[in-house]
Amino acid sequence: MLAALWVIVTATFFLMHAIPGDPFLGEKVTEAIRQNMLRKYGLDKPLWEQYVIYLGNLLRGDFGTSLKMLHRSVNDMIRDGFPVSALLGLEALAYAVTLGLLLGTVAGFRHNTWLDYLAMFVALIGISVPGFIMGGLMQYVIGLKLRWLPIARWEGFRYTIMPAAALGLGTLAVMARMMRTSVLEVTSQDYIKTAKAKGLSQREIVFRHVLRNAILPIVTILGPLTAGIVTGSFVIELIFGIPGLGKYYVQSIFNRDYTLILGTTIFYAVLLVFLNFLVDVAYGIIDPRIRLMRGRE
Amino acid sequence: MAGERLLDVKNLEVSFYTYAGKVHAVRGVSFHVNRGETLAIVGESGCGKTVSVQSTIKLIPMPPGKIEGGTVLFDGKDLTAMSDRDLQSVRGAEIGVIFQDPMTSLNPTMTVGRQITEGLIKHQRLSAQEAKRRAIEMLSLVEIPNPKERFRQYPHQFSGGMRQRVMIAIALSCNPKLLIADEPTTGLDVTIQAQILDLMKSLQTKLDTSIILITHDLGVVSKLADRIVVMYAGKVAEAGTSEDIFYNALHPYTQALLKSVPRLHEETKRELLAIPGTPPDLFVPPKGCAFAPRCSYAMRVCLDHQPGDFAAGGSHTVACWLMDPRAAHVRERHAGRAEDAGARGGAS
Repeated sequence: MLAALWVIVTATFFLMHAIPGDPFLGEKVTEAIRQNMLRKYGLDKPLWEQYVIYLGNLLRGDFGTSLKMLHRSVNDMIRDGFPVSALLGLEALAYAVTLGLLLGTVAGFRHNTWLDYLAMFVALIGISVPGFIMGGLMQYVIGLKLRWLPIARWEGFRYTIMPAAALGLGTLAVMARMMRTSVLEVTSQDYIKTAKAKGLSQREIVFRHVLRNAILPIVTILGPLTAGIVTGSFVIELIFGIPGLGKYYVQSIFNRDYTLILGTTIFYAVLLVFLNFLVDVAYGIIDPRIRLMRGRE
Repeated sequence: MAGERLLDVKNLEVSFYTYAGKVHAVRGVSFHVNRGETLAIVGESGCGKTVSVQSTIKLIPMPPGKIEGGTVLFDGKDLTAMSDRDLQSVRGAEIGVIFQDPMTSLNPTMTVGRQITEGLIKHQRLSAQEAKRRAIEMLSLVEIPNPKERFRQYPHQFSGGMRQRVMIAIALSCNPKLLIADEPTTGLDVTIQAQILDLMKSLQTKLDTSIILITHDLGVVSKLADRIVVMYAGKVAEAGTSEDIFYNALHPYTQALLKSVPRLHEETKRELLAIPGTPPDLFVPPKGCAFAPRCSYAMRVCLDHQPGDFAAGGSHTVACWLMDPRAAHVRERHAGRAEDAGARGGAS
């Protein structure tokens, strides 16, 4: 895990410096001032020396200060921005999981009825329309025309609904489609027939035997899907003017704000590794076969 | 008579409606099971044996399956007319089922114990504690060692034979009057097969249940069955006691089936005979006898008219035109030829 992080840090560091330009190019400063700035932040040193210094600081938990926003350390910015992004992501994930599973389950059990077709139509839209287009569309229709919800900014729960919905839609669609397939597959399994032969009612069969088994393949993709939501939030935050970490991330790349790029990248990398770990643990809880294999190792 | 018959199926018709058309899988099947006896239903794959039996408690997927006619009397109740809810109180409680493949018939994410107690709690309204005690009792009854430990384990921690024992424990947990065993040994090793059959036999005498054994394995049948129903292409070809079928088979299909089974204890060497051809496609059910195209005795009448059930003494019935009094001369001629063949086989 640490090795993976080291690779990410190194790759990001050198790729970032490979992009032409530097943080102070293009600002209305004279060449002399620019040179001074570069010297102040140590950017005039050879690349490998900068790299060693950065790694040293990183090991002490110091991401450095932002090159563009004066006197703000990257640590502070993450501390301020992340809770907002996390809230947005969690809300989006909550919409995606609950509605996605519900749609998929209904579609699976009402296989080849209008309910199924409706659910799959919704899912198709969710998969084909990117979140930022859906976001803009929602801002226009729900925010501007219908005036049901505020268009942008981040000042209370009402403000979170639209961006979270736009962010979660793609994931919702993937979930619904997978859950439908999964339900269809599980219901044709022999053990469902066993359950029926035991004299259980349809409801008991669904809740005790079908859903738990049907959800297994979905838990496996929950990790990558969460990654999708996290990265999707970069653009959504920008569109809805949300002061989250994603917005900083996108801006930092445009600005060549080296420390901020590195800091946020590493932070997201750690987050994703951690989320995938959580998913593995969750999988073990749901599927006893996995649990056993761990025990043997 | 009504008291003696536990299950009485009459003229059962089942079809499957698929994209390619209607498959008439069961075409007027009648059979019955007496109390305490074992009825075997024999036939090759796709002959409708599983569908016939599973239809009695509506275990076939519906749709595409549809029961289109016939009556199923179980213990005096008509199962075909029952509501789903009432049927649920029959399944598991009065009729237990064991399926063919023990590897896939248990829920992989539920402990074995819970899968046994589930039915007990539902049908016998036991408390969780009582159900657990009873489930452990059942596990030791089906001869699973360490039942207390095993109760908490998951299916993947059991071998195939052990899983089939668990299935039997589930099926018998509520003391059903009838046990449907749908190819219970097909998915198992030969040595394990024998153990499972012995177990079923001993449990039958202990618990006094009737058994319907569905199989294509005549070896299994000879070990367990009191009476046998031979099915072919969705119809009953021949039915009778074990002796009737094994020693006095009258239907050419049954005879051919018996000739295709190797026997270890035979003194004279005998050729194993395969039945030429394939069973008919039930998308287009044949007009006459379904076996006629493969039958070496086929007469003109066989191709155009379906034979009725001819009585052949006792409960022995045969659905074959050869049994018609008008075909007596054909029968005799073939009998002579068969003896010739037997003599030649013995000499070689």
